[in-house]
Amino acid sequence: MSSLSRDDVAKLAALARIEMSEEELVSLASQFGVILDAVARVQEVNLDGVVATSHPQPIQNVFRKDVVQPSLTPEQALSGAPAQEEQRFRVPQILGEAE
Amino acid sequence: MSDALSKGEVTSTQLTQAHLDRIADVDPAVKAFLHVDAEGALTQAARVDADRSAGKKVHPLAGVPLALKDVLTQEGIPTTAGSKILQGWKPQYDSTVVSKIKDAGIVILGKTNMDEFAMGSSTENSAYGPTFNPWDLARTPGGSSGGSAAAVSAFEAPLAIGSDTGGSIRQPAALTGIVGVRPTYGAVSRYGLIAYSSSLDQAGPFGRTVLDTALLHDVMAGHDPKDATSINGAFPDVVAAARKCDVKGMKIGVIKQLQGEGYQSGVQARFDESLQVLASLGAEIVEVDCPSFEFALAAYYLIAPSECSSNLARFDAMRYGLRVGDSDGASAESVMNATRNSGFGHEVKRRIILGTYALSSGYYDAYYGSAQKIRTLIIQDYAKAFAQADVLVSPTAPTTAFKIGEKSDDPIAMYLGDVATIPVNLAGICGMSLPAGLADEDNLPVGFQIMAPAMADARLYQVGSALEAALVSQWGGHLISKAPALGGSK
Repeated sequence: MSSLSRDDVAKLAALARIEMSEEELVSLASQFGVILDAVARVQEVNLDGVVATSHPQPIQNVFRKDVVQPSLTPEQALSGAPAQEEQRFRVPQILGEAE
Repeated sequence: MSDALSKGEVTSTQLTQAHLDRIADVDPAVKAFLHVDAEGALTQAARVDADRSAGKKVHPLAGVPLALKDVLTQEGIPTTAGSKILQGWKPQYDSTVVSKIKDAGIVILGKTNMDEFAMGSSTENSAYGPTFNPWDLARTPGGSSGGSAAAVSAFEAPLAIGSDTGGSIRQPAALTGIVGVRPTYGAVSRYGLIAYSSSLDQAGPFGRTVLDTALLHDVMAGHDPKDATSINGAFPDVVAAARKCDVKGMKIGVIKQLQGEGYQSGVQARFDESLQVLASLGAEIVEVDCPSFEFALAAYYLIAPSECSSNLARFDAMRYGLRVGDSDGASAESVMNATRNSGFGHEVKRRIILGTYALSSGYYDAYYGSAQKIRTLIIQDYAKAFAQADVLVSPTAPTTAFKIGEKSDDPIAMYLGDVATIPVNLAGICGMSLPAGLADEDNLPVGFQIMAPAMADARLYQVGSALEAALVSQWGGHLISKAPALGGSK
């Protein structure tokens, strides 16, 4: 039986940038054993020499012509912004105080 | 409806108003819609009526109302994907699917409820509460496109659009007694479709008949330069196929792995009867073996969460959507953490964490890497099976509609409901679910699934129309006419 501890889940949540309550961490950790057992079935098959598929169809990189196309106005682009200032997205502090 | 409109027996304004009235009447019980755009719908209807009376040539579906899953952007109309993180967001652009249906003159009634970011099989994971199955309001309509399916089933809209990543069109179609199609991957543009799992997502049509569904499919499909994975080629004529109603000489393959144990007896019984009907219409029934399908569910629940953990990173509280904890001195990272905690629901968090785990170094090869190889084996199973048969068939879902809350605490039981639909998504091919009758034990609809190779979508409609015609004549009407009455006025 696979398992993840509460601390493992906390580490993953931090990587995924999701703050989680203690209750949520514990409950997710307790569910993960069953879920991991179910998905670990992919390891039961002999996969030697099998090529991985990342996409269902043969695709190549698609380029478009390098011509200017109509795009959003600054007002449209900012219309959904949680906060704005001087026609820019206002974001919280990115660098620490010391920097 | 299309006929009545073109003959001038009814106007689009009348038709649209009748559906808005129906929504006002029954949606308080069904809760299929998250947003109803009555004004926009009536404006579009009036425009089509004016064009028709001026003698302009219009599309056969012009003026017909439609319900749109809230995962597709529509300019200026709130689009949430069933999530709190997008509450109040109004997109600045139309998705390509919306542009195409607007160009055809189709009237968009509003946006329908869904599992948050299309992650779920019951519509219970919506941040805005569940949708209820019109056949039995104590049960789910399936998911994730449960709102769209319920709207069509409850006569709130004759047509609807959903999206299908692991069965999210076909399974709710089955559970609500209507027709739903997941087109070939790349046939319908994903531009403006809020991404869950990019290599599996595909938007598609719902209708009450195979022909209605084909007419909408035809409007939606086509190459789009805005989607790099969009197929650039000749698209099959699905409307002509839906008018054929002929399976003589066709080979129909029954997938050994997708029936029997684990399938409700009433589901299996209706499936077996439908097969006999197809045989009596002159099709040859063969059995095909797809041994890797046993591992499809496990592969899907690694690939989809992995892709979603990356896709949903865009919800960072910076450019649009919810922002929480933005007080003086708060860092961008703490705002991100707090916003994603309150903006995402439980299932979405569970899948992001699972995906983050499956992609993390040290586990990548064992989980995500193996899942991608299983995907190759599934594609090979299909290739062998399609060498023996023109189409493949199975029940759409192992059970009929389940009760609200019945599986919501048991993710594995919920995931098992997608066992028959997921292989189609992994292989990028197309599939249809159409009504096969009611299960004896609970009198609820059963879905019959048809699968065809990539870009052979026309075969779905050819076989579907033949089976539908035979069953409807046997039943003396469409299955949906057996649904219990809802609401007061009609």
